[in-house]
Amino acid sequence: MLLIPCPHCGPRNESEFQHGGPARRTRPDAAGVLDDALNGILDDAQWVDYLTVPHNPMGPVDEKWWHVRGCGAWLILTRDTVTHQILGEARHGR
Amino acid sequence: MQRYSIFSLARNAFSHHQNWQRAWRSPPLRKEYDVVIIGAGGHGLATAHYLAKEHGITNVAVLDRGWLGGGNIARNTVTIRSNYLRDESIPFYVKSVALFDQLTKELNFNLMYSKRSMVDIVQTSGRLRDIRRRMMNMDNHGSTYEPISVEEVRRRIPALTGGGPDSRLPIIAGMVHTDAAVCRHDAVAWGYARSADDRGVEMHQNTAVKALLRTTDGRIRGVETDRGTVCAKKVAVVVSGHTTTLTETAGLRLPLKTMNLTAFVSEPVKPLIDVIVNCPDIGVYLSQSDRGELVIGGANDIGQSFRRDIKQNVFEDTVVSMLELFPALKRLKLMRQWGGTLDIAHDATPIVSRTSIGGLYVSAGWWGGFKAVPAGGYTLAHLIAHDEPHPLIVPFSLDRFRHLDFVLESGTTTAR
Repeated sequence: MLLIPCPHCGPRNESEFQHGGPARRTRPDAAGVLDDALNGILDDAQWVDYLTVPHNPMGPVDEKWWHVRGCGAWLILTRDTVTHQILGEARHGR
Repeated sequence: MQRYSIFSLARNAFSHHQNWQRAWRSPPLRKEYDVVIIGAGGHGLATAHYLAKEHGITNVAVLDRGWLGGGNIARNTVTIRSNYLRDESIPFYVKSVALFDQLTKELNFNLMYSKRSMVDIVQTSGRLRDIRRRMMNMDNHGSTYEPISVEEVRRRIPALTGGGPDSRLPIIAGMVHTDAAVCRHDAVAWGYARSADDRGVEMHQNTAVKALLRTTDGRIRGVETDRGTVCAKKVAVVVSGHTTTLTETAGLRLPLKTMNLTAFVSEPVKPLIDVIVNCPDIGVYLSQSDRGELVIGGANDIGQSFRRDIKQNVFEDTVVSMLELFPALKRLKLMRQWGGTLDIAHDATPIVSRTSIGGLYVSAGWWGGFKAVPAGGYTLAHLIAHDEPHPLIVPFSLDRFRHLDFVLESGTTTAR
């Protein structure tokens, strides 16, 4: 059982949370690369990569957790996939 | 190869079983092979067997970081079945069950194969509709699914005393999948290994592949191991859980997440349950092994994980669910629990495919991959031999992600 540091409620059991999957990465057409997208430089492969390929390291991943049986906040935290250790503070998801 | 039979058993009894041949050799590692298969698990060894038997390709090395059959082939719940959801999946699993049916004879290895029905216990009307739709789909592909009444469910499983009319989720129907079976999982690995070895395939244990090597024009060149470089024009990655860890050494990103799935067994008891019981609405399934242990499986740990131990809360949730339907098991001691890492694509369908790197093949994304071992090996061997996918695995190719043509499959036991 993970002990998840909720910024509102303090450390709480994992069973109070719903896992929300990997935290969304930056869209490939986000500010800065948008011009390329409009010019058609952004190809299908980049979109498919963004939509389907998650970051899958033996190490830290950013993921979303919903404190559904608590304060209801969405959090983003960094967790190690090998040790299950939660690294740093939880951030607000949205 | 020394054949196993009642006569060889009797003959060896006279010499106190001191003169049995080794089941496979341990030859020195050579510098080059035609094909290198990474992963001496169920799928890897089955692939080696069918490469040699069906396609005559015997200059093959199967490399494993640990010991032969020590991965997920040793960490599953031994269920063999073909009650899947999608037109793309069902024929593949029907083929796998058919191969399993004759595997003991084909490998001359006693798999302790036990054909027993799987009984699905239905507790919600939504599930009932879904499962009836699945029945019609399975009818089209020669798999079996038959509805039975609640009385018939209870007649077949006398230990099922929960789920009455006043319970949280009363049992409303049952479904029987008569093709389902269980067998000795280790024997599948050992049988395939022995047969592949007999045909000239080499198995190298304790040989960890560190990286995939590419030629200057981008094709696969071989693998870097902790025992030196091994060259091969064709390399197959068959390493459940660590697929992306390996392919990323060659710059290949795959749409896979690694997760941990938990199972456990009870202490042995007298024969109690003679079918495979599957309870999709509460997320638990169990069968009884030949030794009398109840083999119990449930949900996965929900986040990405490369661990092989289990999380207490995942395990407890499964036990609590099971006790709703089987309150009599409350006093049963649990003996062992284990987890395995497996990788899953987000459409929950396996990937058996060529990759963008010429000569590199991947078999991954198996979620409940034990039942798929024979067909997975059979079709991957075809893919390696001909560089063209076998018709059964065309829908499992990596191209489906490029075309957003997913095979959304929720027929895997724990995901359903």
